[in-house]
Amino acid sequence: MIWAVFALLTGAVVLAVLWPLGRARNSAVQTPDITFYHTQIEEIERDRALGLLSDADAEAAKAEAGRRLLRSADAAPVPSQSRFAVRLSAIFALIIIPALSLTLYARLGNPEMQDLPLIAREAERAGNQELMSAIAKIEEHLVANPQDGRGWEIIGPVYMKLGRYDDAARAFKAANQMLGDTAERLVAQGESLVYAAQERVTPEAAELFEKALNLREGHPVAYFYLALAREQMGDKAGALDAFMNLARGTPPDAPWQESVRARIVALGGNLDGLEAVQNAVPDEQQAMIRAMVAQLAGKLEQDGSDAEGWARLIRSYTVLREPDLAKAALAKARAALANNKDGLARLEELAKDLGLKG
Amino acid sequence: MIVEIGHYALVLALALAIVQALVPLYGAIRRDGPLMAVAQPAAVVQFLLVALSFAALTHAYVMSDFSVVNVFENSHSLKPLIYKFSGVWGNHEGSMLLWVLILALFGATVALFSRGMPDDLRALVLAVQSWVSAAFLLFVLLTSNPFARLDPTPLEGRDLNPLLQDPGLAIHPPLLYIGYVGFSITFSFAAAALISGRIDAAWARYIRPWTLGAWIFLTLGIAMGSYWAYYTLGWGGFWFWDPVENASLMPWLAGTALLHSAAVMEKRDALKIWTIFLAILAFSLSLLGTFLVRSGVLTSVHSFASDPQRGVFILGILVFFIGGSLALFAVRASALKPGGIFAPVSREGALVLNNLLLTTSCATVFIGTLYPLALEAVTGEKISVGAPFFNLTFGPLFIPIILAMPFGQMLAWKRGDLLGAAQRLVLAVAIGVAGMVVLEAVRGGPVMPAILAGLALYLIVGSFVEIYGRLRGAKTLSNMISRALGLPRSAWGTALAHAGVGITLFGLAATGWGVERIVTVRPGEPVAVGPYEVVVRELAPRDGSNFKELVAHTEVREAGRVIAQMDPSRRSFTTRTMVRTEAGIVTLGAGGQIYMNIADVRVDGAMDLRLYWKPYVALIWLGCLIMSLGGLLSLSDRRLRIGIAQRASLRPQAAPAE
Repeated sequence: MIWAVFALLTGAVVLAVLWPLGRARNSAVQTPDITFYHTQIEEIERDRALGLLSDADAEAAKAEAGRRLLRSADAAPVPSQSRFAVRLSAIFALIIIPALSLTLYARLGNPEMQDLPLIAREAERAGNQELMSAIAKIEEHLVANPQDGRGWEIIGPVYMKLGRYDDAARAFKAANQMLGDTAERLVAQGESLVYAAQERVTPEAAELFEKALNLREGHPVAYFYLALAREQMGDKAGALDAFMNLARGTPPDAPWQESVRARIVALGGNLDGLEAVQNAVPDEQQAMIRAMVAQLAGKLEQDGSDAEGWARLIRSYTVLREPDLAKAALAKARAALANNKDGLARLEELAKDLGLKG
Repeated sequence: MIVEIGHYALVLALALAIVQALVPLYGAIRRDGPLMAVAQPAAVVQFLLVALSFAALTHAYVMSDFSVVNVFENSHSLKPLIYKFSGVWGNHEGSMLLWVLILALFGATVALFSRGMPDDLRALVLAVQSWVSAAFLLFVLLTSNPFARLDPTPLEGRDLNPLLQDPGLAIHPPLLYIGYVGFSITFSFAAAALISGRIDAAWARYIRPWTLGAWIFLTLGIAMGSYWAYYTLGWGGFWFWDPVENASLMPWLAGTALLHSAAVMEKRDALKIWTIFLAILAFSLSLLGTFLVRSGVLTSVHSFASDPQRGVFILGILVFFIGGSLALFAVRASALKPGGIFAPVSREGALVLNNLLLTTSCATVFIGTLYPLALEAVTGEKISVGAPFFNLTFGPLFIPIILAMPFGQMLAWKRGDLLGAAQRLVLAVAIGVAGMVVLEAVRGGPVMPAILAGLALYLIVGSFVEIYGRLRGAKTLSNMISRALGLPRSAWGTALAHAGVGITLFGLAATGWGVERIVTVRPGEPVAVGPYEVVVRELAPRDGSNFKELVAHTEVREAGRVIAQMDPSRRSFTTRTMVRTEAGIVTLGAGGQIYMNIADVRVDGAMDLRLYWKPYVALIWLGCLIMSLGGLLSLSDRRLRIGIAQRASLRPQAAPAE
């Protein structure tokens, strides 16, 4: 269908060029310039009749117009017509118009794509509408109950997804005020500020990340943005160091590794170097560390109540790139700390930080 | 499918433009009738194709088809309908499509209304015009394609920049573009004259309506842009000597010079080579403006997204057309027959003076605009050339222009009588001087505003002295009226356009008497501004379709009596999370305006306000309207119309001896 329309358009355009070429032309090319000067002379006569020009002036003006008329008549072109030129032009148009438009359109166009006006997307919109009305309900509720921290905490990530970063920052801030600061919420608030500022870490956001780090040491997302802040302030070396630390200190399959490594490459750091650094730990030293870790594991086997110890063990396994052992240790720790609520919570946070599943 | 048809139509227009650029040119060189005859239908069809393409994009905007990247990036389903239309050109890609549409429109107009023109001239003009079209079509398709698609398609668009969500967007760019692009036709005429060697009084007559038309629209476009900046930017300024504004002022100055030199060429068959040069210059400066705005060399509201590739492309177009036409000029100008010589004291002498001063002032603007850019490119040093530079250079050049303007009207062609002209202008001079003295006595303060206002009064009165002289001999009133109606419309046009300059100058002069107040107040607290008093009655929230606003319902009082109301506001746009202020403006008396802008609203309800009393400020734009009206009158003068010349010559005509 669409190709039929294209063909029709192309045909019409080619015809518009061929039609004048095909017509037998009256070869006497008229020279309207001559008419122009005749008109000018008539005008001078009228000016004189109205008394706007003196007789002498009018005569002089007429003489000049007459001279111009003669010059123009002399210069009138001699028409020519050749069948060859007409044919050449016709063939040129016949080839160039379809060839150029089809090749260029084939490169640029999307002939298979349908129009997608909003009215044709009722179903999609209905889904969207549901989400929107849910948001509207929560918003209404929050206008009436601005003290409801949970409400703010729920709507924050939704705003984030919709790209309403300023609103998200406002929501997380309110949640922190009502429910008390947590590292996660502070980081979320900071992140939404960063997005709102076109991915610049503003001083306000940096402050939030610092606060998050105080609450929970080594929070990787907060650490990442603070490194980014250093980079944006021009401290390239410091930023590179920080990103390298983050890349080394967290498991290679953690979700942020990709972004971190991208930053390292952008800063001129070397990812091979990263691998090399990890492998460069001398075997001796490696053996010693392993021995220490084994000792710690043995101790925890006997007495599993030390939450701090479990955390250290899991972290060590991760650094030693033994994800299976780390996961096993996590499972054991969960069992051992079943009665220690605080310890368990810290453990889960650690697992999340390290990107350990299961 | 409609989107893709629009896209294909644009590609097809490019192919056709290439044919139209080559075949008629070949035909004109060979003097071959059928080949030249290709130009007219091609120009019309080219316009239809671009119009189809433009309509398809507009359709996508109105239907909120976010599968088009351009629509997604610049529209929103809740955007008011008028901005769905005007939003089409409220972005880089769409505005370039509008540019191409107007180019094609001018081509089609020449094709349709040029029956009186020699075939070879018409074929050449349309061929050259099509070179320009082809270059810009290629630019649009390769670097700024408005028909790029998006898959998967988002449900909602990013909305139009709130600064552009204003009726001004519907008016300002089209007017300005018609002005800019209008000079492409005079450029095409100039190139055609150089190629064919056909350069005479008849040529000057063919070019004049196009110059006038372009000039009228450029005048309106600049004035509209300036008024838009005035009411939107929130501090009452209307001209900033911003490079983008200068980019529109330069073609205007060159175009004004062209308008006058073409008159000399038409009447006296002189100044031919100079006129050709000005025609090239006016369009070159239009192209330069496009380059400055679109390349990302400058950043301003006008330079949407910048992309170095686009800049390089436009630079290429710029070099090709300016370089090409100047090379053609260098090769051919010596072969052209120069026109007659003339006495310095004559109408043509005065017009030469006008041309010298206008081009010099254009050059100062050029230097002031480009020097900082060049310096930064070469040395990396950033300097800014602002109002002080232009006031010191542009101002002194414009004062002699204004002094000489009424003289130009008074002097006769060929040989004028300077003393006689001066005697007849005594009244205008007297009114100017008296105005100066009275205004200074009444207003006080610095002398400059009064001097400029006096100058403006002299010009306004002086503009009509010539017409008065022609009517004075009439014995009865009815005789006088019939004489007035019998005068050529171009004489009235000249008088009005010159008076318009005077009125604008008066408005500019009066800015020196303005009052500015920056205050922090709460609702109910009155603030005195000039002779008036402004009170915010209450501050109330209000919902718009895609924004929320805080409106200050405000009263303007004079001697305790409420004489006007206004509703300035602060609007927050949700999608772009941007705040824009809407100034409150009330016009009082002879074009004076109270201007109020809410700079900030504090938590405790106090407002930071900028308040201005600007006497006569509206005259600045009123004067521009009158200038354009003068141009329009001149354009409607039968003598200047193309295509009807033959038929018109059968009817009696007013006698033009302007």
